[in-house]
Amino acid sequence: MKNRRLLLEHIDVPGIQGIEVYQKQGGYDTLTKALKNFSPDGIVEEVKKSGLRGRGGAGFPTGLKWSFLAKPEGVPRYLVCNADESEPGTFKDRYLMEKIPHILIEGMILSSYALGANTSYIYIRGEFMYILDILEKAIAEAHAKGFLGKNIQGSGFDHEIIVTPGGGAYICGEETALLESLEGKRGNPRIKPPFPAVKGLWGCPTVVNNVESIAAVVPIVREGGDAYANIGIGKSTGTKLISACGNLARPGVYEIELGVSVEEFMYGDDYCQGIANGKKLKACVPGGSSVPILPHFLVTKTANGEDRLMSYESLADGGFASGSMLGSGGFIVFDEDQCIVRNTWNFTRFYAHESCGQCSPCREGTGWMEKILYRLEHGQGNLRDIDLLEEMNKKIEGNTICPLGDAAAWPVAAAIRHFREEFEWHVNHAADAQKRNYGLIQQPVVA
Amino acid sequence: MSQHTQPVFDPSEVISFNDAMMEKITAVIKKFPEGKEKSALIRMLHIAQAEFGWVSVPAMNKIAEILSIQPVEVYEVASFYTMFHLQPVGKHVFEVCRTGPCALVGSDELISYIQDKLNIQVGETTEDGLFTLKTAECLGGCGYGPLLQCRNQYHEHLTPEKVDALIEQYKSGQIQ
Ligand SMILES: Cc1cc2nc3c(=O)[nH]c(=O)nc-3n(C[C@H](O)[C@H](O)[C@H](O)COP(=O)(O)O)c2cc1C
Ligand code: SF4
Ligand code: FES
Repeated sequence: MKNRRLLLEHIDVPGIQGIEVYQKQGGYDTLTKALKNFSPDGIVEEVKKSGLRGRGGAGFPTGLKWSFLAKPEGVPRYLVCNADESEPGTFKDRYLMEKIPHILIEGMILSSYALGANTSYIYIRGEFMYILDILEKAIAEAHAKGFLGKNIQGSGFDHEIIVTPGGGAYICGEETALLESLEGKRGNPRIKPPFPAVKGLWGCPTVVNNVESIAAVVPIVREGGDAYANIGIGKSTGTKLISACGNLARPGVYEIELGVSVEEFMYGDDYCQGIANGKKLKACVPGGSSVPILPHFLVTKTANGEDRLMSYESLADGGFASGSMLGSGGFIVFDEDQCIVRNTWNFTRFYAHESCGQCSPCREGTGWMEKILYRLEHGQGNLRDIDLLEEMNKKIEGNTICPLGDAAAWPVAAAIRHFREEFEWHVNHAADAQKRNYGLIQQPVVA
Repeated sequence: MSQHTQPVFDPSEVISFNDAMMEKITAVIKKFPEGKEKSALIRMLHIAQAEFGWVSVPAMNKIAEILSIQPVEVYEVASFYTMFHLQPVGKHVFEVCRTGPCALVGSDELISYIQDKLNIQVGETTEDGLFTLKTAECLGGCGYGPLLQCRNQYHEHLTPEKVDALIEQYKSGQIQ
């Protein structure tokens, strides 16, 4: 399949960080044309037609989300860009903002025009402070060229973009925690409803979108929603940034046309070029740490033996029994030497550390799971622990204010589902559990 | 939620922010609508930390005063977010990512190496006050691990040799 690039097309052009070069490559032409030729609703229509699904993880259709925005008279509306990027395995938004900041700025102005937001915010994780500087510089350049400020390009539309940092907290990627944090508070997720579309930032109607979703509005408006929808496969339209990491020969950020096969993405010359050091594939978490892990025999093929594709549907094929999710596109690859128990403990430690602490199933549950997994990993566990983990999972899932609880429970459930043998081996070979590795599990033979 | 250290507290201490800091703070506060100035809080904590190396109670009190909010509103925020050091730290704080994707490419080994090299454990500061070692959760650079962050800089694809060189560069002032 051809390697189609819409967001990173000009990434290798020297100086593309600056507005002059960005404009030479056609940058801000889409905005200028759209302000003349499109009504705000016209842009929403194009985004709906494009089939764009949120790139932050949940995959909710962006156009539909925009159409939910409440529009009471005399109340400001806000667009907030989620640049918190802290899902383990994901580093694409950082790449995009660092290398080609103006595509985000252009997307922000276009999207804000569509939503009728005169002020929009980019909430960026505090660790990316150097990118905050890059974005503020880009905003100043856009101002100087008249793409921001009052009466942009004579359209009558006024707009300002403000960048504001977090302080180090994964939970602030959850949209209501993000809004709390943006208001200068602890990042405790809010109970929904009301949804941000009705009551968001400072109680005003707000749309929260991922960096990549907002940047994608530029090619959508430029090419037209229908043309964008023709790229990709089925309901997985357009292109997607994939952050490839773990034991790959060539980790990094790739823009793929949705629908490329996992095989090609993982082994192809244009992409990751296989497992590092000629090792074998053991497992893969295809969509960031919160999505289920897949054992090697379910990565490039589905349980039915069909080719697995990089798309929302194909990665989810088989449900949680034999599938996973595209999520945020954090593609984490494990070679044959990696230990699943150790990794599951590591991820659970992450969620325990990042739980905001509001709901007891999440706060206590993640902490207990971490302790049990630590015990298993360090050869102090027993077989009952494995069942206990499964029981706890069921009690966390669906019983919390925000989806962090599920995000913590699912990876543990999936690891046990596919790698129970390896957990048992840790109990039965306690003395060796940290010295040796279990190796590859065999594909079960179906009679 | 994750930071369990208590701030060092001496109620008699007061602190003043210099003109450069106040200029930055005023500019940040102006970005937000009237009545919503509290939104500047996290960035103000970053400004204070950049200046003093850590965030003390007097610094937080000062921020509360500038924003006309209760000091506890600042404490509860500062202690929620992991980037803020509520205890004095070394001149250079190494924050090494320890999360899954980095662990797959050797972050555990890297952390042990730095501990041995600096002769401190995670959470400690070297006797000369130059280095503090901390661990961090996913820093958004998973494809370039193992890695560490020091102030605003990422140091990626680390090896023992690169860590040795890095420590020398910080010691000699080649990197600030
Ligand atoms: C625990 C948690 C962490 C999240 N982290 C992020 C994040 O870092 N970046 C992001 O864009 N979305 C993140 N999300 C999803 C957001 O809540 C929200 O759905 C998203 O920003 C919407 O944008 P989109 O529709 O453009 O994807 C997270 C969700 C949860 C529950
Ligand atoms: S599920 Fe966890 S992170 Fe989410 S609100 Fe509850 S305690 Fe906080
Ligand atoms: S896991 Fe280390 S940067 Fe993401």
